[in-house]
Amino acid sequence: MRDWQFASDAQSITKHNNKAMTTGDKSMKFQLLALSAAVAISASATAADLKPAVVFDMGGKFDKSFNEGVYNGVERFKKETGIKYKEFEVTNPAQREQAVRKMAQRKADPVISVGFAQASAVEKASKAYPDTRFTIIDMVVDQPNVQSVVFKEQEGSFLVGMLAAMKSESKVVSFVGGMDIPLIRRFNCGYVQGAKYAVNNVEVISNMTGTTPAAWNDPGKGGELAKSQFDRGSDVVFAAAGATGAGVYQAAKDAGKFAIGVDSNQNHLHPGTMLTSMTKQVDIAAYNSFKAAQDGTWKPGINVLGLAEGGVDWALDEHNKDLITPEMKAAVEQAKADIIAGKIVVHDYMADNTCPAMN
Amino acid sequence: MSNRTLPAWIDIGLIPLINICLAFIVSAGVIMLIGESPLEAVQVMLFGAFGYGEGIGYTLYYATNFIFTGLAVAVAFHAGLFNIGGEGQAYLGGLGVGLICLMLDSWLPWWALLPFAIAAGALFGAAWAYIPAYLQAYRGSHIVITTIMFNFIASALMVYLLVNVLIEPGSMSPQTRSLAEGATLPYMYQVFAAFGIEIEQSPLNVSLILALLACVLVWLLIWHTRWGYAIRMIGFNEKAAVYSGINTRRTIVISMCISGALAAMVGINEVMGAQQRVLLEFVAGAGFTGIAVSLMGRNHPLGIIAASILFGALYQGGAELSFEISTITRDLVVVIQGLVILFCGALAYMLKPTLEKLFLRYTLSKAARQDNLAEEAQS
Repeated sequence: MRDWQFASDAQSITKHNNKAMTTGDKSMKFQLLALSAAVAISASATAADLKPAVVFDMGGKFDKSFNEGVYNGVERFKKETGIKYKEFEVTNPAQREQAVRKMAQRKADPVISVGFAQASAVEKASKAYPDTRFTIIDMVVDQPNVQSVVFKEQEGSFLVGMLAAMKSESKVVSFVGGMDIPLIRRFNCGYVQGAKYAVNNVEVISNMTGTTPAAWNDPGKGGELAKSQFDRGSDVVFAAAGATGAGVYQAAKDAGKFAIGVDSNQNHLHPGTMLTSMTKQVDIAAYNSFKAAQDGTWKPGINVLGLAEGGVDWALDEHNKDLITPEMKAAVEQAKADIIAGKIVVHDYMADNTCPAMN
Repeated sequence: MSNRTLPAWIDIGLIPLINICLAFIVSAGVIMLIGESPLEAVQVMLFGAFGYGEGIGYTLYYATNFIFTGLAVAVAFHAGLFNIGGEGQAYLGGLGVGLICLMLDSWLPWWALLPFAIAAGALFGAAWAYIPAYLQAYRGSHIVITTIMFNFIASALMVYLLVNVLIEPGSMSPQTRSLAEGATLPYMYQVFAAFGIEIEQSPLNVSLILALLACVLVWLLIWHTRWGYAIRMIGFNEKAAVYSGINTRRTIVISMCISGALAAMVGINEVMGAQQRVLLEFVAGAGFTGIAVSLMGRNHPLGIIAASILFGALYQGGAELSFEISTITRDLVVVIQGLVILFCGALAYMLKPTLEKLFLRYTLSKAARQDNLAEEAQS
């Protein structure tokens, strides 16, 4: 509760300012001022009403990956608007529903639920609290008051797969996944398809770090996997493994190979080693949910963010511009346009739990 | 045990109470360090755990799991075995429960399904405990090491099965489909509603009754059967047990299987009750908490019930704490829980010698005073 008090403080300050202005002179300038003050009042009124909330999942808000992306998004919202949000990090499966329900009970609105694991919690809570707006990221919940944001990771992975294959001299590239779950196989499958699309006879080595959530945070093992892949001839590695990726990038740097980052733009980590990053704009999705609720444009329904929507992409900036040749850039941009236009269809592993490109 | 100088009320009442208070005093220091009021924190925690219907429901729901795993640790402990594998046995037990429920849930209502689920869960949990037990009894591998390692194997196995085999097609998260509606255990709020009493919603379900029943059964088993006698005898003195003709190897295996089967009942509470499906990590540390619960409850069912409620309250109150006070993160809640475990479990006997001395001095001086009085009366 205490977080939300700041918002009402902000409101009272604006009111106070307004009072000061009405005692001023009655010039044209004043009318404009009054107008802007009125606008400020109405904006802060909605600000006071808006009690956004986030329920992070078990990884925690500082997981250097998915949850942290959401955290960055809502923090940006807080900084820009001054509206505080309520948050909770779940520690066991039973707390998911408890936390989401409790947010709704306390009149939080909208409530962002982070991660596919919270789907059933959101489904139940959205039925019990039909007036509360929910946003779930990475999963679809079909309810009239739920906004579902999902990403086409396979499309972004396809593009970085192409870059990897084109950059590779040995024509062997590799993939290090975090925990072995369908979502990460979707990254892997898109990557393989992209690599084979760009260079026909390329070989792709794939490894998963582990089978428990600890695999998201095991840079040591990530580094070992990357080294063994380099020994088998790979010279570009793509890590979709949360904090485990740090070890992969370090190993690539030590061995003089190339690495590809994930989720956020990680090109700056090791300039000269980081070939590119496959960005997944979780932060923007979270920010947009709050922002849309504030502006009154929040809409329920499914929001699929692929290349066309800018939800996933490849990163080109000053840190990696020397590594990407004009030909590579042209080929990738062409493929991107073709995917958006529907000329290239990237197979989604999770559509049928198979990856034909890997056979 | 032989030269016990403290009366029982100090040993099992006062010492744990002082230990909890010590843990809370240290926690209060930590909370003050981050600039929050410890009093407010305690208030939030207590209210969250016991102050309203939903909170009580969650406290008892967690306690249900801890009773099962606490009993599991206790049974093994009576045979002198330290079963650290409750986590894995509960995980596998949940798999057994889940498989039988997924097979039969469209045919049977929950009350007809429950015996099968208990049997399947117990079988899976016992089987998972059997291997370390066999290795301990017949090959001499230390049970602590093997049961710990079996937790990891269980975790890996479950991930494999959930990711590749049991996953609901088209689902993003590695979990099975939900069980059919009539096949899941009724929640307590539904049970109470049937009697016209309204209580708030929580995952608390009829497994709690099963847990209390298990307490009675364990009590009967350990103190009122020949098996229980054999188990306790091995725990007290294995050589004497051999000498008196007890087949220690077989008894070790049996007690570990019972232990595993008890841990597996977490699967009934979680898979058939609260979550209504098999999902990753549903045990959520209950197997490890069971060790602390059993230690604190002195391996007795009554003590285990009390300790389970305490730890249930810590879990639920802790969640409430990080919900209400945003500067108290979930990691700090783990610190508080850890302190309670440290003081009540690991340091359970830290204060005992001091208290013994104090008590002895008190009784002696009292006796001396009485002597004096008697002398005065005589003279």
